[in-house]
Amino acid sequence: MNSVILRTVAPALVSLMVLFSIFVLLRGHNEPGGGFIGGLIAVAALSIYGIAFGVGAVRRALYFHPIVIAGSGLLLATVSGLVSAFFGVPFMTGLWVTPVILGTEIPLATVMSFDVGVYLVVVGAIGAVALSLEEEEDET
Amino acid sequence: MASSPIDLSLALVTEAPDAADWLVVLPVALCIATGALMTMLRGRPSLQGWLAVLALGVLVMLNIGLVFHIGASGPVTMMVGRWLPPFGIAFTADMTGALFSLSASVVAFACALHSLGDISETGRRHGFYPFLLLLMAGVSGAFLTGDIFNLYVWFEVLLISSFGLLVIGSEHRQIDGAVKYGFLNLVATTLFLIATGYLYGIFGTLNMADIARKAGTLPDSAPLMTLVALYLFAFAMKAAAFPVNFWLPASYHTPRIVVSALFAGLLTKVGVYALLRIGVMLFPTEREALSTVIAVVAGFTMITGALGALAQADMRRLLGYLVVSGIGAMLAGLALGGADAVSGAIVYGVHSMLVMSALYLAIGLAGRAAGTFSIGGAGGLWQRELTLSALTLVLFFSVSGLPPFSGFWPKLMLVKAALAQGAGWLAAALLVSGFLTTIAVGRLFLIAYWRPAPLASSAGAERDPSSGGRKRGSAASLLPVFALMLASIGIGLYPEPLIAAATTAAEGLVSPLAYVQSVFGTEATP
Repeated sequence: MNSVILRTVAPALVSLMVLFSIFVLLRGHNEPGGGFIGGLIAVAALSIYGIAFGVGAVRRALYFHPIVIAGSGLLLATVSGLVSAFFGVPFMTGLWVTPVILGTEIPLATVMSFDVGVYLVVVGAIGAVALSLEEEEDET
Repeated sequence: MASSPIDLSLALVTEAPDAADWLVVLPVALCIATGALMTMLRGRPSLQGWLAVLALGVLVMLNIGLVFHIGASGPVTMMVGRWLPPFGIAFTADMTGALFSLSASVVAFACALHSLGDISETGRRHGFYPFLLLLMAGVSGAFLTGDIFNLYVWFEVLLISSFGLLVIGSEHRQIDGAVKYGFLNLVATTLFLIATGYLYGIFGTLNMADIARKAGTLPDSAPLMTLVALYLFAFAMKAAAFPVNFWLPASYHTPRIVVSALFAGLLTKVGVYALLRIGVMLFPTEREALSTVIAVVAGFTMITGALGALAQADMRRLLGYLVVSGIGAMLAGLALGGADAVSGAIVYGVHSMLVMSALYLAIGLAGRAAGTFSIGGAGGLWQRELTLSALTLVLFFSVSGLPPFSGFWPKLMLVKAALAQGAGWLAAALLVSGFLTTIAVGRLFLIAYWRPAPLASSAGAERDPSSGGRKRGSAASLLPVFALMLASIGIGLYPEPLIAAATTAAEGLVSPLAYVQSVFGTEATP
């Protein structure tokens, strides 16, 4: 879309949305939110970027092909489930570490890495669909 | 977390699982992880191919381990995420699930090996291997899960992957086949989901062991018959039972032959497995009441399948009808119920997976050698492709149910069970369908293999572009067919271990005490 207003606003809006999507992803552990909804917000950001600057710009900005991102997310989620094999608990049991970084306790869990995997799968899969649909429109 | 004042033992599994218990989850986890890795390696199909063969080889090993583990110590359960049943999602494998899972992985391994042989074709179509692995994740998950909603999820996983596999190549007739296949399967899946929602409303649980032990204790007013009828209809559609089987012959001949082989081996059998699980283990009383209906459906599926095979002019379509006919034989086992009939159905399932896949691969090679898949257009294969023709002949005998090949024993078990229960007409249907199948494959062999090649001009007119231009099947693509044929002969000559395992499996389905105890502990009663 050839609109000066959109192209001026888009970078700020997109970076805010991506930031918000990561906030929603991390918030999702104990409160409403999570990887799925966070991923959808990130894809919405990508779509806005694509509408403003074209699909090619989004592909360049992503660097990796969206399907590769989805694959890496699926792998991360599966591996998060398999970690529990080494701790004598069943598949997909949540495991925690709380390292103290700069005086703050930061709880990290396999639940979180699983959710990050979900986020990546949603970004990759929906992103691939959205980008190829937008590409079709550009051609016609 | 250790300082929590809440008594966690009320909600969580407290004892550590045995290393061997991981065999229930690992087949699924392995397939998903490898599939994910392959999507990351997109555009490098040769690497993907070898990775797929490696992963599926490991999968076969895992499933063999699982079968032996279950044989030694009964059904195995792992509660995902440590939550106690019936709230946590259970992966429970009994002998039935493990046997089906093992045969499925053998078929997938053979198909992956075979696909390496035509890498020039797959090279351009790099979606094949990720889809194959994710399909196997869905199939393994369906066979190994102990939760009925989870079963639905795995059905979706394998359905989506099969859509992908079906349209690789994006030819017009493939899209046509995929629309028929997709529409019918979506209807069936929706019915499955509706039935599952209904079941949750009645039982308040989705765990299969929990359902099995509660099914007898419900008041008579519980609408179980409606529920079971819905399930049977949905799964019969998936399994391609008469009269909702027209999608199968309409779509199975359209994709690449290795995909057809996978589908013939795996997809309908997942439907049969679900029918056995629901009908025999969860709702035996309702299945008993519906047994006449199921028997009629089984008889029609067998006979119409075999008659359809007799009428085909295309080799691949003929095989599609043979798949349908085999489904009928397995449904006969379901209709009869009882451990002996169900074990016959399970052995038939294993046989049908191996032999139907091998047949598709063999016909694929034959079609390539002849340059056409039309029965009338091919000819003289016996002179040009002696090894392939001999292999195919053995597979034809096996699919017809002739001794000493694997198709003989399950038919024998089913006929015996039918006669013992006084269902003589069902036994007759089994034998007649076997006879018709023999004629159908005999006709195919006589015309396309034995008859001398027709004149070049008439064959050239019917040449099918999808059969490719290559004249000879390479050794690499012949090897998996040979291995599957050996498995068929092996089962035919030495059937005792398989029959013993299938009998254990069927007894476990008929009286699921061990299954329930593996989920709820040894004090539980069904």
